[in-house]
Amino acid sequence: MIGEWLDIGRVDEIPLRGSRTVQVAGGDDIAVFRTGENQVFALLDRCPHKHGRLSQGIVHGGAVACPLHNWRISLSTGEALGEDRGCTPVVPVKVTAGRVLICRASTLKAAA
Amino acid sequence: MKHEPIRLGETDTRPHMIVIGNGMAGCRAIEELLARDPTRYRITIVGAEHHVNYNRIMLSPVLAGEKTFEEIVINDHDWYADSGITLLAGDPVIAIDRAARTVTTRGGITMDYDRLLIATGSDPFIIPVPGKDLPGVIGFRDMNDVGAMLAAAEKGGRAVVIGGGLLGLEAAHGLSLRGMAVTVLHLMPTLLERQLDEAAAWLLRTALEARGQTILTGADTAAILGDTHVTGVRLKDGTELPADLVVMAVGIRPSVALARDAGLDVGRGIKVDDHMVTSDPHVLAVGECVEHDGQVYGLVAPLWDMCRALADGLVERPSGYRPAPTATKLKVAGLDVFSAGDFSGGDGAEDIVLRDASRGIYKRVVVRGDRIVGAVLYGDTADGNWYFDLLRKGEDIASIRDALIFGQAFASGGGQADPRAAVAALSDEAEICGCNGVSKGKVLACIDGGAHSLDAVRSGCKASASCGSCTGIVESLLALRLGGEVEAGPKTMCKCTSFGHDDVRREIVAQGMRAIPEVMQKLHWSTPDGCSSCRPALNYYLLCALPGDYVDDQQSRFVNERLHANIQKDGTYSVVPRMWGGLTSPKELRAIADVVEKFNAPMVKVTGGQRLDIFGIRKEDLPAVWADLNAAGMVSGHAYGKSLRTVKTCVGSEWCRFGTQDSTGLGVKIERATWGSWMPHKFKIAVSGCPRNCAEATIKDFGIVCVDSGYELHVGGNGGIKVRATDLLCKVATEAEAIEMCAAFIQLYREEARYLERTAPWIERVGVAYLQSRLLPGAEARAALAARFFYSQRFSQDDPWAQRVAGAEREHHAPMARFQPQEEMA
Ligand code: SRM
Ligand SMILES: Cc1cc2nc3c(=O)[nH]c(=O)nc-3n(C[C@H](O)[C@H](O)[C@H](O)COP(=O)(O)OP(=O)(O)OC[C@H]3O[C@@H](n4cnc5c(N)ncnc54)[C@H](O)[C@@H]3O)c2cc1C
Ligand code: SF4
Ligand code: FES
Repeated sequence: MIGEWLDIGRVDEIPLRGSRTVQVAGGDDIAVFRTGENQVFALLDRCPHKHGRLSQGIVHGGAVACPLHNWRISLSTGEALGEDRGCTPVVPVKVTAGRVLICRASTLKAAA
Repeated sequence: MKHEPIRLGETDTRPHMIVIGNGMAGCRAIEELLARDPTRYRITIVGAEHHVNYNRIMLSPVLAGEKTFEEIVINDHDWYADSGITLLAGDPVIAIDRAARTVTTRGGITMDYDRLLIATGSDPFIIPVPGKDLPGVIGFRDMNDVGAMLAAAEKGGRAVVIGGGLLGLEAAHGLSLRGMAVTVLHLMPTLLERQLDEAAAWLLRTALEARGQTILTGADTAAILGDTHVTGVRLKDGTELPADLVVMAVGIRPSVALARDAGLDVGRGIKVDDHMVTSDPHVLAVGECVEHDGQVYGLVAPLWDMCRALADGLVERPSGYRPAPTATKLKVAGLDVFSAGDFSGGDGAEDIVLRDASRGIYKRVVVRGDRIVGAVLYGDTADGNWYFDLLRKGEDIASIRDALIFGQAFASGGGQADPRAAVAALSDEAEICGCNGVSKGKVLACIDGGAHSLDAVRSGCKASASCGSCTGIVESLLALRLGGEVEAGPKTMCKCTSFGHDDVRREIVAQGMRAIPEVMQKLHWSTPDGCSSCRPALNYYLLCALPGDYVDDQQSRFVNERLHANIQKDGTYSVVPRMWGGLTSPKELRAIADVVEKFNAPMVKVTGGQRLDIFGIRKEDLPAVWADLNAAGMVSGHAYGKSLRTVKTCVGSEWCRFGTQDSTGLGVKIERATWGSWMPHKFKIAVSGCPRNCAEATIKDFGIVCVDSGYELHVGGNGGIKVRATDLLCKVATEAEAIEMCAAFIQLYREEARYLERTAPWIERVGVAYLQSRLLPGAEARAALAARFFYSQRFSQDDPWAQRVAGAEREHHAPMARFQPQEEMA
């Protein structure tokens, strides 16, 4: 039976205050972030501004600064912070026994 | 074979309640029940441990020698007797028969129940590595474990504690007080990562190390060594640590085996509803062994709530259990650590941070929509309970917000909630600046003497000029004395700090700071881990101050410098190999042509910097592209870095009919000497063979124009957004002098310019006369600058591409996982 969650690896494979990606065939990558406080979040790897790869930005606090034009995107809601407006889809994620699991349904949607 | 049930208390006809587990939750549940209805049930408690009910939390102080076992007993034998409870201690239950409604103990006693309460707590998680069952490997859960630790400590020797969480650190503390040499192994990069943010964890680690413990983070245990008794621990990286005792404190697992065997609904814990009833209405469960609404627990506060809900349910006044935020403290004498709620920040959350470096204090309160949602306190936890109370009650803190971080005494003092009023109320003798011993009276006198800005006060009387923790108070004094006439100070680095770039750099050097979290702590950063403007700047300042020593923080670098390539708008990268002085060869050109074809690069272009740029490379392919370029002898061109970019040259005296010197050759020498160096901003050099200046040397950061009698050295040119022609610095006679001056100038720029300030604005700010005063008069000062530059170059002239090709930091290039929906559906 297919479970609800996809196991993508160990949490310590994601650098602290950094991110890794999950490639989704036929769709946008998913960016999986780990904050300085060791919290894990996942977003589509696509800035609401001009589709910059959020996975390549600088992670600080609970946000990431997009590498292309420095918009700040909230990791928990995907929304642009400050003056900017826009939102990138959030992918549910959880950490169980040191493994990172992302939501299968959202991942399938990303591929669609 | 079935035992004939032994029936205890046969004459008592009340319904019989059996409790499995004589621990904290089991006994508390009974206390709660007895308080509501002392006679409803006949009660039997069965406990695996030989002891009466004691306070498990206090095992740490027992280990540390601060308490005796007698002092941590909660309920002694009299309590059981007085309450009419039968206690079977030291005889664990081994089976539950729900159909027959009986339990059986290891000693062979079988008893009927009408209600069963399971309160079996948790078991320490033992990592499944070879050697885990050797004598000398223990958990930290009960009096037996404490006994084993004390026995080991009698003999001295070494202890390894696996796990840098609350439990592990308390074990380590106790063992080190008992005379063992203790090493803590922690898998995560920072201690107590679930309770503390990075800044507080850094303080804690420093304090523990100062007490003689060895802390290894990122340490992954591979095996426990030894034949008949533990002798050591081996890590995945091959390190071996000798050990006479190994304490595993990596986590706990709800103790659910009995319940699972009995066919109850079990997830991570025994599943219960809001009234602590399991999937069988005759069976209740409480404590760490339960799972409520998907959650399991490891602290006592929620257990007390569960016991209340359970007792209310039993006497038919159901109230129900609701999860609430929890707070934790570390019980290590002299190290005050408190954390509560959610301090992960995120949306709309704002951090209020107070750092007092001289007293080793760090406080952070996280506020969302005028409510406290989390708090982390280190060094001074006196206000922990107050913050936690505000958090739990969801109090609106808007009116006390400005003074909140100073604590309850300050913030809730009615009229004192205004920090300015509090400062006004201080006496003239009150010390404002602890570092420099400046009183309030002296600061006011300084202001009255004409110091009308923060900076002027800092240079006038030194208040807030060192650690900066009193900056807020000095600003309040300025505002009080001058009303609206305070002059704005220099721009701060970013909104995370009240210091400007120059102050931060000066303090890094003066205080010998060595890491980003240390700078943030000592200089009172107002955010937990900075932002995308200050982190790259701090990383550079430390790198510049500690050549060869500082460990670069990749996560504080902009993507281009992290991936050693330029990100493009479609998320691919461009790759520019170095072409020394603009020279190339058939071999290099062939290698570039091959890469373009092999990786289907959509474009290759001659850049404005006299070299070739290959576009459209995917980040996964970068190491392979670099490997091919490396094989042809090419290295990174740093087209992506705040670093030396290119040295443009013209053909010069070798070929050109006007050339006066070998500008190409000098350009190559200079590029060989300066490549790889990190700078405040990008840095470009050019060498022209004559004043016709075909290499455009007079719009470069450092430009050389060759003339018959030698070399004119120009600085501070810029061809970008705002064109600026260079200033002439000086003229020299030889190539060697030109190269030395170039190195000295670069070092001055590296040490004194602000991050992201190119040489043009820097020189506009400090004046070319200043540069001349530093570089021209004495050969000595110049030589010292150049020597510092060349020293730091020893550590930066390793081709970063080659390092990546060899496998360094592979995680930057490879995706963590790949997902194929087609396979999924098949
Ligand atoms: C590739 C190139 C254009 C070209 O096709 O020729 C180029 C491309 C970029 N330039 Fe440039 N500049 C290039 C030569 C120049 C030059 C000419 C030169 O170096 O002689 C200048 C003017 C000279 C100067 O710097 O003073 C130049 C002034 C700028 C500026 C403005 C700098 C300023 O101080 O005002 C920027 C913006 C910035 O750095 O913030 C910039 C920024 C950029 C960036 C990095 C934009 C960005 O952030 O993504 C472009 C990267 C493209 C890429 O992915 O490779 N580029 N850029 C040239 C690469 C040279 C090399 O071999 O390394
Ligand atoms: C060293 C240490 C320090 C701690 N410090 C803190 C702290 O500072 N703050 C905090 O909030 N929490 C702390 N805790 C956690 C706290 O002690 C637990 O949350 C609490 O004890 C859980 O209560 P419980 O009744 O669920 O489990 P326990 O107290 O463990 O009780 C379970 C009992 O059931 C018994 N048992 C298990 N199986 C059987 C069986 N089959 N038959 C009979 N008996 C059985 C066990 O022997 C045990 O006595 C600490 C824990 C430890 C070990
Ligand atoms: S001039 Fe502008 S568009 Fe052209 S490469 Fe430079 S930054 Fe990009
Ligand atoms: S694409 Fe992200 S800020 Fe422009």
